[in-house]
Amino acid sequence: MRSYLGLYFTRIGFSVATALIGVFFALPLVWFIFAPFNPRAELGLSIPEPFSLANFEAVFQNGFAMRGLWNSLVQSVGGVILVGAGATLASYALSRSPIPGKSVITYILLLFSSVVSGSAAMVPIFLIINGIGLIDTQIAVILVFAGGLLPTAMFILRDFIDSIPKSYEESAMVAGASPVQAFFDVALPVIRPGIVVVVVWAFVSIWGSFLIPFILLRSSEKMPASVAIYSFYSEAGTPIVTLLAAYSLLYSLPVVILYLFVSWKFGFRFFGGIKA
Amino acid sequence: MKSFSLLSRGTGAAFLAPAGLLIGAFVIAPFFWVIFVSFTNRSLLGRTAVDPDFVGLANYFSLFDAATFFTRGEFGSSLILTIQFVLLSAVVGQAALGMLLAWMLRSVPRSLKHLTETVAIGAWILPEVVIAFAWFAFLDYENGTLNMIMEALRFPRGDWLLSFPFWAIVVFNTWRGTAFSMMLFNSAFSSIPPSYFQAADVAGASSWQKFRDIGFPLIRGHVVTDLILITMWSFNVFTPFLLTSGGPSYRTEILPIYTYRIAFRDFDFGKGAAVGVVVMLINLIFALFYLWVMRRRAKGVAA
Repeated sequence: MRSYLGLYFTRIGFSVATALIGVFFALPLVWFIFAPFNPRAELGLSIPEPFSLANFEAVFQNGFAMRGLWNSLVQSVGGVILVGAGATLASYALSRSPIPGKSVITYILLLFSSVVSGSAAMVPIFLIINGIGLIDTQIAVILVFAGGLLPTAMFILRDFIDSIPKSYEESAMVAGASPVQAFFDVALPVIRPGIVVVVVWAFVSIWGSFLIPFILLRSSEKMPASVAIYSFYSEAGTPIVTLLAAYSLLYSLPVVILYLFVSWKFGFRFFGGIKA
Repeated sequence: MKSFSLLSRGTGAAFLAPAGLLIGAFVIAPFFWVIFVSFTNRSLLGRTAVDPDFVGLANYFSLFDAATFFTRGEFGSSLILTIQFVLLSAVVGQAALGMLLAWMLRSVPRSLKHLTETVAIGAWILPEVVIAFAWFAFLDYENGTLNMIMEALRFPRGDWLLSFPFWAIVVFNTWRGTAFSMMLFNSAFSSIPPSYFQAADVAGASSWQKFRDIGFPLIRGHVVTDLILITMWSFNVFTPFLLTSGGPSYRTEILPIYTYRIAFRDFDFGKGAAVGVVVMLINLIFALFYLWVMRRRAKGVAA
């Protein structure tokens, strides 16, 4: 009997403790739920009365702010295309071709990509981009992210392709398809869920990043939202809270939507697990 | 059929080329380039920007100069700060809190579990500038949510970012990253056969006994994985810059922020590169250790 009572109390104790920790995680975000809808928002917490979309109107009318979101989109989509295409081709080759030392290659690339972090390599990345004349261009941000995210993307996708039986493509080739046709018409449709995972992960990594565009871009009309958001400070350095709050919410939306999409489609696992 | 391969070597190499070029140019080249630059006095402006001199180990001597090593705002002080930051926010904060949560979530009502997971994951996936701004508002002296609560509980207000900047970024990083450890431990716990725990329940074991004798020993491998990964991430994290810019007076200047200041505020690329080399060496130790653990585990499964 004692142990049932014990279990019961454990359950209550754990529930209270979990609720408290949950509150700890929720508190810093509570402000962020109300402030975007409050035209008189300050750094303090207050319930807007009435709820209003005036802050969003102001953001939509701010060309510079919208430009930032557009640039984020350009850089993320550009990076995602390179990562998705590059990783699919490369991991397919690593899985299906007779190249010697295939698994060693994968591990060495993974090793490099985890050692060469953005913060350790900001100097050489800046110098290389400067050296090839791409400083202050969006393509520079796209290329740097593509290079940095590719090893992990290849690692994930290779696992995925290895688990698909070769007989799919083999039967296509027996029927007369070329290896390249077998790849595009037979293998690619089967690999697609893996590609979706990699693409979403890469998109979120680039969309949320600050450091790389911060050091590679100079002119304000090329800044992504993560850097452009710092223009919502007055000259004295105080934030224009109403705009910042609404803009932050808009800027977070794609991440939240993608998260919901992934957890609905695949069951949430280690989404965004490895950060640049 | 065994020796038949789907792609010829040529096609395989062509498929590898785009990824290989990008990784070569923006991952492998920077690795060697940073070592080279760290032996020069390259700067952003002036003569040494185009025509740097070879200075040997001078940058490293200046980093490890015993006279200033522990001075605030110098390399040694930043390194020690970073180690404290990683130990407190990643190992103690994220891993321990993540473990506690993962364990407790197993026996709390479903709705509470779902809610707690949602807010923790929210803290983890939202863009870093948004999170930093939310925390800036949260910690504000005048009206911040935290001081509002302190006042309601009859505690004195605190000017958190000025009085306790280091603890602010420790708690911030714990808050930001706990979700990863929580989810990893969560899935590790659910891979344990439920019958183990049921047998312990029948024997009248307490939750702590079940954790100590069944839960923890069976997921020890995952704990090692988690610790290495979160240590590496916290060691390289730049996000606290968005909250404190490394200040006040260098008190939150962890190595990534220090590197940024040396290279892009003082424009001393040579010295900044030398810091980068040290950081990469430490990363390399962690990464090699990680690969070694993984390989050993893979062999253990095969045997």
